[in-house]
Order: sequence, then structure tokens, then C-alpha cells
Amino acid sequence: MNGASHLLSYLANYFPVLVFIGVAFAFGAGTLVISHFLQPKLPDPEKLSAYECGSEPFSDARMPFPVRYYIIAMLFVIFDIEILFLYPWAIAFDKIGVIGMVEMLIFIALFVVGYVYAWKKGALEWD
Amino acid sequence: MATLSFFYFGSVIVLCALLVVIFRNPVYSVISLLVMFFHIAGLFVTLHAEFLAAVQLIVYAGAILVLYLFVVMILNLQQDDSYQRQVKWGLGLGLLALAEVIAIISKAALPDEPAQSKTAAAAAGEAATVVGNTEMVGKALYTTYLFPFEVASLILLVAMIGAIIMAKKGIMEPGPLRESK
Repeated sequence: MNGASHLLSYLANYFPVLVFIGVAFAFGAGTLVISHFLQPKLPDPEKLSAYECGSEPFSDARMPFPVRYYIIAMLFVIFDIEILFLYPWAIAFDKIGVIGMVEMLIFIALFVVGYVYAWKKGALEWD
Repeated sequence: MATLSFFYFGSVIVLCALLVVIFRNPVYSVISLLVMFFHIAGLFVTLHAEFLAAVQLIVYAGAILVLYLFVVMILNLQQDDSYQRQVKWGLGLGLLALAEVIAIISKAALPDEPAQSKTAAAAAGEAATVVGNTEMVGKALYTTYLFPFEVASLILLVAMIGAIIMAKKGIMEPGPLRESK
């Protein structure tokens, strides 16, 4: 088995992913295209008014967001990284034994400390 | 096949990286950064580094990008605001990075014959498929690099507490960050 065909068979594992991405894009684009051709076009001033498609915009969309969103995003990033460490741990679980279990418990315990801190400080409260 | 996929991913990465800098609207820049992250993940997959690809998607495309988007929103950047006055700094740092890349490439032990590298890649690939990239990472991380792993969790804890303290300061003392409501 040479390198090229090996890589080909390896990448063939990712063919479902490719199909999934293709279907996702085709669904999005297809919905727009089909509705563009099938929709009845009967413009009416009342129909085109902002009332029909939502409320009147009252300011620019580029306004400063409250910093609270940023705390939530920051906590999300940190817990996301924690979850990431769980994947190789779960895969190699039967190889690393009790030590790995204890390690992960210490790891999660440290995150629980941070979580309790965030909770007590009110970082998860909205007002 | 390998070169074809490499050139596809590489060219899209370069194109998107350029678009990040070229777009005047910061939100467009962030979106092209997202496309770039996805293609970097694809590049990792062709290099048999599935775990890195997952990291790329989950952390960079999922979380870091959200942070970038929030920074763009919080800073209240307008499309016509100019933040492009650091040409000298950018040029200097870019040249530094280029020199670094050239140094790494010239020092790297590249195999002379392409056939040799192909068999080496095939051997490495077969080894990776037998055990699995993620499993190898897991075994190394939870046995050899046990201590750095626990230190990493401490660093993340410090980052979490620091973020809460800094952001809470912004809420308690109405500063320039908090304007709405």
C-alpha cells in the first residue's frame, strides 16, 4: 500500500462529513433559490412596510453591548477547553487506569472551584 | 491527492487570512476568520491530526471566534473607523515572522527524495490508524505529561477568576465599557 492510496482511503472516512457539508450548503442555497422562483411577487406598500417584517429599527445595530455578554463568552471558552481535555481522556480511559481517573477528578474539582466562585460572585446573574 | 488537498486548504487559508485584513467591516473580518479556522481544521485532518482538527473546530471556530465577535461588538467599531495606522509595526512583526518561518524550514530535516517521504508518511499514517491519534494524545497527556496537565487546569482557573474580577469591575464602577441601559 503506497502513501497516496493510503491517504485516499483515510480521507474516504471523511466522505460523510463532506456529504453533510454539501447537503447543508445545498439546503441553504436551495431554499433561497427555490423560494425566489416560486414566490408570488405582489408588492404592496403595506406588505413592504416594517410592520409586516418586524418592528421599526430604533438605532444602529452597531451599538456597544453590555459587558455581561463578555463574561458569559469568557466562561464558555474556559469550560469549552475543559470539555476538550475530556475527549482524549475518554478515548484512552482503559489505558491510563486509576491514575487517569484521579487526575481527571482533580482537574474537574479545580473547575468546580472556579464555577462556585463565578456563581457566588454573581457572574451568572443578569442583573 | 495529498498535494491537491494541501493546496486547496492552503490557498483558502491564505485567501481568508488576507480578507481578514482587507475587509473594512470588522464583522466581515471575523466571518472570514471563521472560514479560515474551518480550513485549518481540514488541513489537520489531511495530516492525520484528528484531535487537533477537533480542537480547531471546538475551541477556535466555536469559542475564540465568539470572543472576537464580542470584542468587535463591545468596542463599537464602525465600518469607516480607521485602525490601520500601525503599518510600521505590522511590517516589522511580519518580517520577523517570515524570518522565523524561513529559519524553521531551512533547519527542518526534509527528506531528499519524495518517494522516501511518502513511505515515511504512509508508515506514520498506518501507525496512527492502528492506535488512533486522539488515543495517543490521551495516553501521552495523562501519563507522561501528567503534571503540565494539572498546571493547565490551574492556569484556566486563574483565567476564569481574572476574567470575572475584571468584568465585574466594569459592572460595579460604570466605566466607558458600560454605556447601554
